[in-house]
Amino acid sequence: MSIDKDTAAKVAKLARIKVEEDQLEALAGEFNAVLGFIEQLNEVDVEGVEPMVSVTPMRLKRRQDVVTDGGMQDKILSNAPDAREGFFAVPKVVE
Amino acid sequence: MLDLTYEPPKPKVISGAKHDWELVIGMEVHAQVSSNSKLFSGASTQFGAEPNSNVAFVDAAMPGMLPVINEFCVEQAVRTGLGLKAQIHLKSAFDRKNYFYPDLPQGYQISQLYEPIVGEGEILVDMGPGVARKVRIERIHLEQDAGKSIHDMDPNMSFVDLNRTGVALMEIVSRPDIRGPEEAAAYVTKLRQILRYLGTCDGNMQNGNLRADVNVSICRPGQYEKYMETQDFSHLGTRCEIKNMNSMRFIQAAIEYEARRQIKIVENGGTVEQETRLYDPDKNETRSMRSKEEAHDYRYFPCPDLLPLEIEQAWVDDIAANLPELPDEKKARFMGDYGLTEYDASVLTADTDSAGYFEDVVAACDDGKLAANWVINELFGRLKTDEKEISSSPLSPAQLGGIIGLIKADTISGKIAKDVFEIAYTSGRDPKEIVETEGLKQVTDTGAIEAALDQIIADNPAQVEKAKVNPKLAGWFVGQVMKATGGKANPKAVNQLVQQKLGL
Repeated sequence: MSIDKDTAAKVAKLARIKVEEDQLEALAGEFNAVLGFIEQLNEVDVEGVEPMVSVTPMRLKRRQDVVTDGGMQDKILSNAPDAREGFFAVPKVVE
Repeated sequence: MLDLTYEPPKPKVISGAKHDWELVIGMEVHAQVSSNSKLFSGASTQFGAEPNSNVAFVDAAMPGMLPVINEFCVEQAVRTGLGLKAQIHLKSAFDRKNYFYPDLPQGYQISQLYEPIVGEGEILVDMGPGVARKVRIERIHLEQDAGKSIHDMDPNMSFVDLNRTGVALMEIVSRPDIRGPEEAAAYVTKLRQILRYLGTCDGNMQNGNLRADVNVSICRPGQYEKYMETQDFSHLGTRCEIKNMNSMRFIQAAIEYEARRQIKIVENGGTVEQETRLYDPDKNETRSMRSKEEAHDYRYFPCPDLLPLEIEQAWVDDIAANLPELPDEKKARFMGDYGLTEYDASVLTADTDSAGYFEDVVAACDDGKLAANWVINELFGRLKTDEKEISSSPLSPAQLGGIIGLIKADTISGKIAKDVFEIAYTSGRDPKEIVETEGLKQVTDTGAIEAALDQIIADNPAQVEKAKVNPKLAGWFVGQVMKATGGKANPKAVNQLVQQKLGL
């Protein structure tokens, strides 16, 4: 699989990361290098090997259904560029 | 338990300008888990709180915060799966669905695309006595809800409230087995009923706790059967998805509109584009949500913050052992044990409050059929007039059972019973005491009835002559006696005496 300039531009747009036109070629090259490494890993025979999802032998931690958090509107909004009447205020988005 | 068999309903057929068309519908229902706290944070799920007050740093996606799963939510998903006779996956996993929207601070929704917690199940959708559609369930997965954007508080800005962000949802996905707008509404009704029986979702559609995305396509008659035989979607038309509907009426109207829109396109030689659409109830039409199209590239990948969710069979068995009696079983039992019609059994099992009330009445009077009649015809009607729920009925099951007991013992007639019902309903008094205090006891003493009848016969010789020619007039005499005795005469005894005296 090979990533071209257009694909690189699309990925950047989906990730909402601004990449200048003259940087796209280099970015595509980096993607290809990463994918090339992954392809190399594909050569390993993993037939019958359980996929490893974590390096620690842990079970997913669970919590009880109890309210232990929240009630801090001021803190939640404290980093907002614009907040009004307890809401985040953002540029209008309408379907 | 009574084993019921059903015929499938006929699919809805819409006549286009050129051909007849059938509908094929699949649904994705988002049901909010009835938990106290969120799926991955300890913030409250309470509806209607101050904006952004039910938000933990995890929900606001602050850097370095990690999700920890709420075990109760997992249990509810398993319960729901068991209630839909579905496979439970002992191992499931969470994935990130990536998209940008102001009410999604993480930039992704944690969901279960590749390994959902619940697999294939089914729902029997009742369409009337003896008619039901079996709708296959493809999967149920757990996911986070998004926040809420409010667009009408300011002309230039949208306001965002993250209280709903991170609340646990069960997405229940059906196969395309629904064949018309009425079936779609009936499907949601039945699913909602089962969820409420299980207690896993309160089913409150107005608050958005149960919402549906509807996939609609059209096909020529005969094509659907080919699909069912082969499970090959190429026999069906291209589908459009109508997003986020929270009213049974809108679901039906949207499907109807969308089907006609697609028929028009195809009959004019065009092709239906697969897309996401929004239903506008004010204009009764669906509109394309073009902005969503590009965002459809969700770039799912396993969520690195969460290990796979592994549960034990013993835990699942324990949940299964504690499932309540579900609507289909309850309905069959009511029909089998109490001899109710399917219609009456369906009405009484619509929710657990009605079913419980009915069974308490039966316990007090030992007559299922009479209890069903009185609950459905008298009590439900009376409650509706007062806009009251059965859970807050002023008339207790013991009182209603008492009234029915008095009818069965021939102490009062059915007609007087309605008066006793009204007095007991409004005053809370004991039916037996009402009958005694108000002197409503049925007169079975033939002497008193005979005296009243003799008087009427003496006063109306002309009617007597007419009745001898036309025996139907006997009813007039019965009516007169009932009137003379204030409705307290036993109608059976009156009837007999009238026949006797008039020599009919």
